Amino acid sequence: MYKKLSFMLVVVLMLGLFVSPAFAENIRVGLILAEGGLGDQSFNDAAYRGLMQAKEELGVEVSFVEPADIPEMEDHQRAYADAEYDLVIAIGFVQESALAEVSADYPHINFAIVDTVVDNPNVTSLVFEEHEGSFLVGVVAGLMTETDKVGFVGGMEVPHINKFQVGFEEGVKYANPKAQVFVNYAGDFADPGKGRELAVSQNERGADIIYHAAGGTGLGVIDAAKANGFFAIGVDSDQDHLAPGTVLTSMIKRVDTAVFETIKSLVEGNLEGGIRSFGISEDGVGTSEFKYTKDIVPQSVLDAVEEAKAKIASGEIVVTDPTK
Amino acid sequence: MWDVLALLVNTSVFAAAFRMATPLIFAALGGILSERSGVVNIALEGMMLTGAFTAVFVTYHTGMPWVGVLGAMAAGALMGLLHAVVCIRYRANQVVSGTALNIFAGGLTVFLLRFFFNIAGTSPAVNVIPDITIPVLNRIPWIGKILGRQNPLVYLALVSVVVVHIVLFKTVWGLRLRSVGEHPRAADTVGVNVYRIRYVAVALSGALAGIGGSYLSIAHLSRFSENMTAGRGFIALAAMIFGKWTPLGALGACLFFGYADALQMRLQNLGIPVQFVQMLPYVLTMIALAGFIGQAVAPKASGEPYVKEG
Repeated sequence: MYKKLSFMLVVVLMLGLFVSPAFAENIRVGLILAEGGLGDQSFNDAAYRGLMQAKEELGVEVSFVEPADIPEMEDHQRAYADAEYDLVIAIGFVQESALAEVSADYPHINFAIVDTVVDNPNVTSLVFEEHEGSFLVGVVAGLMTETDKVGFVGGMEVPHINKFQVGFEEGVKYANPKAQVFVNYAGDFADPGKGRELAVSQNERGADIIYHAAGGTGLGVIDAAKANGFFAIGVDSDQDHLAPGTVLTSMIKRVDTAVFETIKSLVEGNLEGGIRSFGISEDGVGTSEFKYTKDIVPQSVLDAVEEAKAKIASGEIVVTDPTK
Repeated sequence: MWDVLALLVNTSVFAAAFRMATPLIFAALGGILSERSGVVNIALEGMMLTGAFTAVFVTYHTGMPWVGVLGAMAAGALMGLLHAVVCIRYRANQVVSGTALNIFAGGLTVFLLRFFFNIAGTSPAVNVIPDITIPVLNRIPWIGKILGRQNPLVYLALVSVVVVHIVLFKTVWGLRLRSVGEHPRAADTVGVNVYRIRYVAVALSGALAGIGGSYLSIAHLSRFSENMTAGRGFIALAAMIFGKWTPLGALGACLFFGYADALQMRLQNLGIPVQFVQMLPYVLTMIALAGFIGQAVAPKASGEPYVKEG
């Protein structure tokens, strides 16, 4: 019995010897998406785009999973690490604590995490200067408002979302010192009904442009704007098409750029651990292309956005980052 | 201080309360019908979600949101029948069946969204049921600002409360339904078909919850998004208990929940800490449940499968 078993084991091991060089040639990248999964028109979709771009342009072998819930994410991270993937990318700050453990358990594997920092030598932390991008859409809102009142709807009041709020407020005040910013938090990232009611309550008080950083809840903000005839500003990815003409612009986080650049570094052999931040200078955050609102937003506003961009890049304007 | 007091009677708060109470009212009425007939229905959440998806799906293809509402009713009723078969025919534990249906609906809607729209998370925008103005009502001071212009489904919810109340307490069928939920054996001996009544009640329950879901996706909002019911089915369940399994009581409870939520959103703007304000609806609920409504007694046979003798 044991003889038979050990013989089989030897066969398997020898087979492994033949097979493994074939694997080593291909660089394999595993991606674990955040809650919501593909089709969120936002975060996850952008990460997926970056992954697919890497597959096409860099020829890496890619794989991704959409976890059903947060506790599941750690298992997926471990599964990729066990399968000896060259790089495991975790999307979203919800994966932070799991990745901190997993990356310590697999010191020979490269990890990357988007939107938060994990302080292990084998982890590249990809963070965005969302306050800078939010400043830019704040400039748009400050110049475009006719009531001198604009609004912000956040998902949950956590430091990460405060970043959007503070940047937006500073941008509005920079462009229009008289303007007032109403701030509301839904306490939920997936309740569009609540998002709609919050936007309506701000509109009743006079806000005519409302920026959201609230995931699925924010879809309700856009719906409210469409139904009640005011403007919304989208977030994370280009949400302008969700209600053409109603969504003035979107604060875009180039998660695709971050994912792609990280894989590119891996392929080029210069991937390093530590924090890699994507701000205005790195083209990691910015506004959408105003595809549907060209006739609504005057050139002077676009010029002001470009000016603010240049000033932030040069350091003339320093946008407050409440998380620091 | 005056700001807060002015807010308490502000018409926009009440108008928002009606908007937010509407999906809860439909689902709570559904819960009442089911539980009054003796079948615990914690699957309201899943039935709403299925309804919300079907409404968008049907509206997307027909362009007619009212047909979408009918579709949502049918889908909800189908979910109800599934629950009924499992609970009545196979006498499974009703809470387990309800939980399973909720999980099933969460997965199913995500799958179907991807399958039919080739998109996940959020559906494309569809036509919605527009708000209407009620001619005379909108002239009445104060009330006109609250109920003068609302979505037709908001009015339908209020009408449904009255209809369910009349059916339950003023008709023979309603009497039979209640007797089946209190003492099925006795009802059976006088010739009431316990099983048939329960099947119909649970299917109707699903249909009502389906309308509630359709309100969210094609009236209040204009698209389906993953898990968009966000726990409203469970809040409706609480409203049903809060209202002591009566339609009018549940209406009051739903409006109360809606009001507390609408108030909460506006109190945030008065410089009161967000976290404190957000717990307000729940605190009010606990106070109300503990002090004001007294003991809530469920229908006696609720949750127990009925086994016919002989």
